[in-house]
Amino acid sequence: MNPRLEIERLTLGYGDRDVVHGLDLVIPPGEVTAIVGPNACGKSTLLRSMTRLLPPRTGRVLLDGKAVHSMPAKQLARRLGLLPQSPIAPEGITVGDLVGRGRHPHQRTLARWSLADDRAVTSALKATDTLELVDRAVDELSGGQRQRVWIAMALAQQSEILLLDEPTTFLDVSHQVEVLDLLTELNRSKGTTIVMVLHDLNLAARYADHLIALREGRLYASGRPSEILEPGLVEHVFGMPSRVIPDPVSGKPLMIPIGRFHVTEG
Amino acid sequence: MEDRDVARVRGGRRARSRRRRVVIAVLCVLVVVAYAGSLMLGSTSYTLREVLAVIVGDDAPGAQFVVGRLRLPRATLAVVVGLSFGLAGVTFQTLLRNPLASPDIIGVTEGASAAAAVAIVTFSLSGLVVSGVAVAAGLGIALAIYLLAYRRGVAAGTRLILIGIGVAAMMQSVISWQLERATNFQLAEALRWLTGSLNGALWRDVVVVLVALVVLGTLVLVQTRDLAASQLGDDAASALGVRVERLRLLTIVAAVGLVCFATAASGPIAFLAFLCGPIAARIVGPRGSLLVPSALVGALLTLLADFAGQHAFGTRLPVGVVTGILGAPYLLYLIVRINRVGGTL
Repeated sequence: MNPRLEIERLTLGYGDRDVVHGLDLVIPPGEVTAIVGPNACGKSTLLRSMTRLLPPRTGRVLLDGKAVHSMPAKQLARRLGLLPQSPIAPEGITVGDLVGRGRHPHQRTLARWSLADDRAVTSALKATDTLELVDRAVDELSGGQRQRVWIAMALAQQSEILLLDEPTTFLDVSHQVEVLDLLTELNRSKGTTIVMVLHDLNLAARYADHLIALREGRLYASGRPSEILEPGLVEHVFGMPSRVIPDPVSGKPLMIPIGRFHVTEG
Repeated sequence: MEDRDVARVRGGRRARSRRRRVVIAVLCVLVVVAYAGSLMLGSTSYTLREVLAVIVGDDAPGAQFVVGRLRLPRATLAVVVGLSFGLAGVTFQTLLRNPLASPDIIGVTEGASAAAAVAIVTFSLSGLVVSGVAVAAGLGIALAIYLLAYRRGVAAGTRLILIGIGVAAMMQSVISWQLERATNFQLAEALRWLTGSLNGALWRDVVVVLVALVVLGTLVLVQTRDLAASQLGDDAASALGVRVERLRLLTIVAAVGLVCFATAASGPIAFLAFLCGPIAARIVGPRGSLLVPSALVGALLTLLADFAGQHAFGTRLPVGVVTGILGAPYLLYLIVRINRVGGTL
């Protein structure tokens, strides 16, 4: 069980506009990968294509050498999960039922709910510390709780690879760290390969084993954060001067933006 | 993992699905009671024994004509038409995640009626040909609405509803135009297509609707799990292994078929498809699929509304008028509520 997820010369687009241009990528198995880049650089589009929602214009997404767009949908979903940026919770649905929806790829059309399904749901609730919420309505939860419930839903899918599209957006800083800790724990304890799109470069640098920087639908750099995150990258990818210093807490690189005001040194 | 925790999760899930099963059982009983009631009661009433005698084909003097020829096909048509509208409506509402996305709001029913009116008035057609034209037109209109709402690889819910409401208005004007031109004889024929009515129900209609219900209803019901997953949004559903576009096409075609075949038999029963899903959602609570409960609500509402239309008012009203009286205030309530809180079914 070491799923290889590779992207080969992938071009993606909507209408007559290409968003991703001939991208080649390898996602390191068993690691935490963060994809960073400015708005509209094709990050989310890339994730959507990995789960087949968007067919490639050219190129392929390969899982263990097989093109995902020609795999049976449920078979792929048992191996590759995605938590989209803003999934919809049906009105009034309880936490238990929402997390149970994650079992969909494991269930046959008319089969009954199995003990394995209930075990997977329970284990996902415990991993995200939401077991106590199981009978509550999702509508009533706070933002942080709700995001943990959504992650539980993705965990109940029990896929070897989990893709997350900005899992920390709309959360305050303590809940951002909580979610990233949770994902790291999942990676360390179960070996789940995690791929997440993150807005916050510094959190990405701290939590990712592997960093991918995209710019205008092309790969700018990829590698260990300590190897690739330097002012040149920030300048090219985000178009902003900065300094990069060692993060005093983690030793990982920490990017300090330089704007037009409040800069005291030359 | 502790078994106690699994038992807790399992218990909660089972309690919720038990409630849904109880609701379904109770609705079934109510439908049977309403069905029996509409066979027995009326300007002349018969005992259950007499009604059963007619059904099994025994000799039942007096009841033979009224029950056998009038009430039995009428009540049976009410059930199959109600099931069809109820199932089709909730399928649309679930798939498009919006209670306004019912086929009688977004122009599918109007499209079928308008095509029937054109067939009768302009082309002087009659009988099953008109029904065929109506079904084909309903599917065509649904496809047109779908394509007009299609953007960026998905047909988005709100766009689809707005376009559908526009199409519905267009279809209404086609109907008015046809009525202007109709001769007296054609007018009577065409009106059958404009107001839902079970008057003059024929076994032939019952059989056609029933066959459509069995075939298309099965097609929808086997998608129950995929529909549940699709409620989480296209991206999430796709990641769970649902082929979103295929699901949408398949269920829309099946639901449109249900609506059109039912409309061909009874005319468009106002707001019926629109009302059943939300009513079912209130009584089932937030657990599981609403498809079957909503279909049963449809059958029950049709039986009750038709019975009320025949006996509750001084004059005999067609079933569509009664459901219209019920449905219009609910539509207003829903629009007000959506404006205030947003929300889905």
